[in-house]
Amino acid sequence: MARGDERIAPSFVLRVWLNDMPGVAVASFLLLLLGGALAALIAAAPPDIANIFADLYLRHVLLFTTLQAALSALISVALALPVARALARRGRFPGRTLLLRLFGLPMVMPAIVAVFAIVALYGESGWLHWLLAKMGLSTGGFLYGLSGILIAHVFFNMPFAARAFLAALEAVPGESWRLASQLGMASGPVFRLIEWPALRGTVASVAGLVFMLCFASFAITLTLGGGPAWASLEAAIYQALRYDFDLGRAAVLALVQLAVSGALLLALHRLLLPAPVSLGLGRAMARPDVAGRGGAIVDGVLIALAGLYVGLPMLSVAIAGSSAAMVPVLGAAATWKAVGIGLGVAAAATMLAIGGALLLIAGGQRLACPGAFQFIGSLPLAASPLALGAGLFVLLTRLGGSLEMGLGLVALINGLMGMPYVMRVVAPAAREAAERHDRLCASLDIRGWNRWRLIDGPLLRRPVGLAMALVAALSLGDLGAIALFGTPETATLPLLIYQQLAAYRLDAAAATSLLLVVLTFGCFILIERLVGGPAHD
Amino acid sequence: MQRFFATILFSIIGLASADAQAGDPPVLTVYTYSSFVSDWGPGPAIKKAFEAECACKLNFVATEDGVVLLSRLRLEGASSPADVVLGLDTNLTAEAAATGLFAPHGMDLGALQLPFAWRDADFVPYDFGYFAFVYDSTKVKNPPRSLADLVGGSTGDKILIEDPRSSTPGLGLLLWIKQVYGDQAPTVWRKLKPRILTVSKSWDEAYGLFLKGEASLVLSYTTSPAYHIIEEKKTQYAAADFPEGQYLQVEVAGVTAHAPHPELAHKFLAFMVTSKFQNVIPTTNWMFPVAPVTGGLPSAFPSLPKKSLMIAPEDVAAHRKAWVDEWLAAMSE
Repeated sequence: MARGDERIAPSFVLRVWLNDMPGVAVASFLLLLLGGALAALIAAAPPDIANIFADLYLRHVLLFTTLQAALSALISVALALPVARALARRGRFPGRTLLLRLFGLPMVMPAIVAVFAIVALYGESGWLHWLLAKMGLSTGGFLYGLSGILIAHVFFNMPFAARAFLAALEAVPGESWRLASQLGMASGPVFRLIEWPALRGTVASVAGLVFMLCFASFAITLTLGGGPAWASLEAAIYQALRYDFDLGRAAVLALVQLAVSGALLLALHRLLLPAPVSLGLGRAMARPDVAGRGGAIVDGVLIALAGLYVGLPMLSVAIAGSSAAMVPVLGAAATWKAVGIGLGVAAAATMLAIGGALLLIAGGQRLACPGAFQFIGSLPLAASPLALGAGLFVLLTRLGGSLEMGLGLVALINGLMGMPYVMRVVAPAAREAAERHDRLCASLDIRGWNRWRLIDGPLLRRPVGLAMALVAALSLGDLGAIALFGTPETATLPLLIYQQLAAYRLDAAAATSLLLVVLTFGCFILIERLVGGPAHD
Repeated sequence: MQRFFATILFSIIGLASADAQAGDPPVLTVYTYSSFVSDWGPGPAIKKAFEAECACKLNFVATEDGVVLLSRLRLEGASSPADVVLGLDTNLTAEAAATGLFAPHGMDLGALQLPFAWRDADFVPYDFGYFAFVYDSTKVKNPPRSLADLVGGSTGDKILIEDPRSSTPGLGLLLWIKQVYGDQAPTVWRKLKPRILTVSKSWDEAYGLFLKGEASLVLSYTTSPAYHIIEEKKTQYAAADFPEGQYLQVEVAGVTAHAPHPELAHKFLAFMVTSKFQNVIPTTNWMFPVAPVTGGLPSAFPSLPKKSLMIAPEDVAAHRKAWVDEWLAAMSE
C-alpha cells in the first residue's frame, strides 16, 4: 500500500474518486443514513429533552432495562464459570462434544422461538410446571416479569459464556499444570493461582457483551414482560410507536438507547475479543485436581444440570412442534407466505450487508485507511433494531415517504445490523490477503474483477460464506424490525409466532417455531457450504 | 441534497411495494381489531353478507385492538390502503377526527337506538356495551361488590387488564377509574397494580388468558356472560355489578379521507346500520346493537346497567396523553 512514492498528478483526486467511489459512496451513504436517523430523532424529541429524567416512566424503563441486563450478565457468568470449570476438569466423557455443540446452538436460535420453548416448559401448561405442582409447589404466574426474562436471557448467554470460559481455560499452557501437579495443588489454589488469572480478561469481556446484548433485548422483554413495569427500552420504543404513535416519546427512548449502547460499545471496544472458535474437543490436561470422587460427582451434576437447562427447551420445541398441530400449520397459506417474505427479506439484507461491507473493506484498503472504514461499518453495532427503526421511520416521514415500504425498511435494518458482523468476520482475512498479495498483483498488473476471481475470491470465500450465513440467520429470526414495520399481510415467521403466542395458541406456535428453527439452521448450513465451499473438517 | 438522498432511500426500500392487479372486482379494505375477524367473531358473516350485494371483495385487515387501529392509521397517514376503519370508540373519535384522516359520513343517524343522541359528523356507531369485570362464580367465591371493593380487595384474586395504549377496553378502564376517582386515580392504580397478573395488548389476549385459568377476573363487558350461556350452555360466568356505574363504550367506524374506494366505503357504513349487519352483532361481537334486530335480543342478554359513566370525547382527546402518562408512571413504579 505504498502510495507515498506515487507522483501526485493533477488528476489524482479524480482518479481516487473514480477508483474508490463505490467504497466512499457506501461509507457516505451509511454516515448519511445513520446521521440522518439520529438527526431526525433529535428533531422529533420534545424540546425539553434536558429534563427527560423528570419523566417517571422513562426513568423506570431505563432503570429496569439496566437492572435486568446486569442481573442477566451476572447470573450467566456466575453459572457459566463453574460449568466451564467442570467441563475443563472433565476432558473426556461420552457426549462432551455433543454438549459443546448444543451450547453453540442458542447463538443462532431466534429469540422468539426461545420464548416459546420457555413458555412451553415453564408456563402454566408446561410440564415443568405440572411436575412442580405434583410436588406441591405452586409457581403461579411467575413467568411474566423479571423471572421469565432472566430465565430466557440466561438460556441464551450462559452457554455462550461457558464456551468462552472453557476456551480460556484450555489455553492455559501445559507447563502450568505440570507445575501445579508437582506442587500438589488442591482445587482452591488451582482456581486462585492458575484458572482465575487466565479467565479474568474473558470474564470481563463476556460479562460486558452479555450486558450489552440483554440491554438491547426486545422479543424476550416484550413477550415475557407483561406490563409497563417490565418493559425494556426496546420494547418501550415499540409500544410508543405501535400503541401510542407517540413519536416524541419513541424518539427520546431511542436516543437514550443509542446513547447507552454507544457508550457501552466504546467502553467494551478494548475488551471485545473474537468469539471463541475452539470447541475444546477433549484435550486431556494432566490437572492435579481431578482425582477426587467428590469433585467428580459435583462436576457431573453441574454438567448434567447445565445440559438440561439448555437442552430441555430445545427438546420441547422439537417435541411440541412435531405434533399433530404441524399439519394445519404446514397446510396454511399464511405460513408459506411468511416463509417467502422472510426468505426475501433475508436475501435482500444479506446482499446489502455483504455488498456494503466488501465495498467498505476494499475502499479502506485502496485509500490506505482500513481503520476508518472498519469503524464506519461497525457503527450500526451502537444502534439497535428498534432505535434504528424509529429513527429511519421519522426520517422517512419527514422526507415524505410512507409505510408501504415497510418490508424494504425491514431488509435495510436487518442488513445494517448484520454489517458489523460481516466486517468482523471478513476484514481480518481481507487484510491478510492484501498484505500477502498486493505487491505480486501490482507487479503482474492483476486488478479489479480478475484479482477478485484469481486471488481474493478463493481466499475470502470461507469468511464471506460464514458472514452471509450469519446475516441470513439473524434476519430470518429477527422480530424487532418486522414487529415495527410488518403488517398482518407482511408477517414473517417470527411475527406469526409472536401473534400465536399472544393468542395463546401454543400448538400452532410450537409447529411454527419448529419450522422457523429448521429454516434458520438449514439456511445457515446451506449458505455456509454453497458460498464458503465444502467443510474442511 | 435532501431530494437526492430521498430518491436513493426510496429506491432501495421501494422494491417491496406491490400493486393491485387490474380487472378483478374492487377490494374494499376495512381495518379492524383482531377479535372482530376471528372465526367466532362477526367478520366472516358480515363479509359474506356485504359481498353478496356490493359486487366487490371485502378485505378485513386486523390489528390487535382499537387504539392500535388509530396509531396504525396515523403511522401510515394519507398513503394508508384503508377505506374504512372499524373499531374505534367514543373515547377516540375526537382525536381521530382531529387527524384529518377521516371523511364526514353524511348520513342521517337519528333513528339509531343509542344511550344518547348521536351528533358525530365523521363516525357511525355500530354497537355499544358496558365494561365490567367478568369472573367464574365457581372459582371466585367472594366477587367484588363495587369498584372500591375491587381496588381495596384482598390480594388473592389476580386480575387481567388490557393496555390503554393499545386496547379500547384498557383505555375504558383508565377513564372509568379517572371519572370515579379523579386526581386520586394514580393512587388507585398503585393499589391495584400488585393484583394485576399481566397487562395484555388486546381484549382477546386478556380473555384468552382468563379462559385458560391464569387469573380470576378479567376486564370485559356486561354482555360477556351471555356468550358462555348461549354458546357453551355454561351459567357460571358473571359480570360484577358496580354501584359506581359501568363505563359505556360506543364502537364506531369511519371512512378515511384518502379512501381508494370512497363510494364502496360509504356503502359499507350504510350497510352497517341495517338489520343484515346488526342481526349478527349480539351473538358474535357480544355487544348491544344500535338498531332493532330481527326477533329481539336473546334472553341471556343482561339489561342495561342502572348507572353508566362516560367522559366526553373532547375531554378525553384533550387529556388522553397526560392520563396515559400518569398511568404509565403509576404502573411502572
